[in-house]
Amino acid sequence: MTQTFGRPEVFCEPQATDRLLVVAQKPSLLAAAYNLSWLRKTVLLIVLAAIWQIYATWLDNDLLFPTFSATIEALVDGVVSGVIPARVVVSLKVLFMGLGVGIVLATLLTAIAFRTRIGTDLLETLTAMFNPLPAIALLPLALIWFGLGVGGVVFVLVHSVIWAVSLNAHSGFNSVSNTLKMVGRNYELRGFAFFRQILIPAAFPSILAGLKIAWAFSWRTLIAAELVFGVSSSSGGLGWFIFESKNRLDIASVFAGLLTIIIIGLIIENVFFKVVEARTIRKWGMLA
Amino acid sequence: MSAAAPLLEVKGVTLQYRVGNVAVTATYRVDFNVEQSDRFVILGASGCGKSSLLKAVGGYLKPTEGSIKIGGRAINHPGADRMMVFQEFDQLLPWKTVRQNIVFPLLATRKLNAREADDKAMHYINLAGLERVAESYPHMLSGGQKQRVAIVRGMAMEPEILLMDEPFAALDALTRQRMQDELLALWDASRFTVLFVTHSISEAVKIGSRILLLSPHPGQVRAELNSLPRPQDPVASVALQDKIHQLLFPGEETAQS
Repeated sequence: MTQTFGRPEVFCEPQATDRLLVVAQKPSLLAAAYNLSWLRKTVLLIVLAAIWQIYATWLDNDLLFPTFSATIEALVDGVVSGVIPARVVVSLKVLFMGLGVGIVLATLLTAIAFRTRIGTDLLETLTAMFNPLPAIALLPLALIWFGLGVGGVVFVLVHSVIWAVSLNAHSGFNSVSNTLKMVGRNYELRGFAFFRQILIPAAFPSILAGLKIAWAFSWRTLIAAELVFGVSSSSGGLGWFIFESKNRLDIASVFAGLLTIIIIGLIIENVFFKVVEARTIRKWGMLA
Repeated sequence: MSAAAPLLEVKGVTLQYRVGNVAVTATYRVDFNVEQSDRFVILGASGCGKSSLLKAVGGYLKPTEGSIKIGGRAINHPGADRMMVFQEFDQLLPWKTVRQNIVFPLLATRKLNAREADDKAMHYINLAGLERVAESYPHMLSGGQKQRVAIVRGMAMEPEILLMDEPFAALDALTRQRMQDELLALWDASRFTVLFVTHSISEAVKIGSRILLLSPHPGQVRAELNSLPRPQDPVASVALQDKIHQLLFPGEETAQS
């Protein structure tokens, strides 16, 4: 004890902080370039395209595997002639109809599930039954019920959207913290105002996750449905474009159609949802 | 004591929770009155139902017996005349900035229009020294700053009474002391009425003008004391804390710190 107290005490004056700033060493140009994720991925894409081109040239069979350059040519031709944009517009129109109807129905279902216990049971039972059912499996039924037009595709799309959205939204609403709900009631918010101003933003991370899944499901389902439905409908979408090109043995256009599907998917997932995420849950620090 | 009716009148309040098939009594026939500009502290160990009592005043919990009246009106549901400050850091709306968090209740309750609400929010932001974080989102703030915003948000509504449920309990000791001083400074500036729940004897003595002691299981009034006038004499403060300790834990040795 006495020894501990006998040790000298130390006092320091804080140093001026501007003198303590250490300037990080500038990385070399190559290292800086390697740090850019988009640049690394672009290089990878170029390498893959080169391998494709070399293999297809060596194979020399346009019916089985057209070259990368032939595919790009077909894509550019399709875009310039207005065929591909027209097909994309048809596809997206149907897609947004399906998404819209699906989201509205999912909102209703979730609202009922949130308010009443029997509604919760209904939602849980329905999602347990229908969520594992692939939308494509409903195509034959849709054909009989709605015919060959847009109605059948929309029906299948609604099925692919509604369960993912309501399941995620429901779990989101249920996990809103009690404190936030009490705060909302303290502000005298009731009914729809409470729902819109407290519950929806508080559950937004889950809702957005549901929308992402819904988008992915519905986009894949749409193309598949079009391959089947487009056969006899006059105005087909992208799926129909692929089917038609195959029948004409224009395999480069088939590849161009596939590429278009990939590009649209990438844009929605990496641009649209990224931007929404950055402006909402990332900005709010609500990223799980 | 004025002859007029008290601001908040709690009379014979029994609160019960239902756990499964059993009703657990949180408080039993508690009486107290809060007057205008009181810093009224409810003090007790955990399990004395002090938070339940505050929630009942907030309108979140219905008493099974007794009545709670504010300005002579019975309390039936939550309302903006009784703004709550919670212990949890997540009480701020994460999708709104600090300024928007303070403006929102003013607009949601249609107390003020957009311009007036903004002016009022800025006034209180300046009062609490939060100018630098006014446009920040809650997740960028420290725990102390979040609680400061929550208190300011309550004050800006200029409620009849501000209800605080252990707002400093989750803070570190240094920040807690600073926040207590700041709360008193804010009170000096606008003399709002506050009902403050805590389990810390020293906090009760420091913050309160009047202290209600609850004994646990179930919560019953043990005593209602006057705290010390400010600035508080340290010796008298320790004496009062000892007295409170004796009342809450009879027969035990006084804790010497």
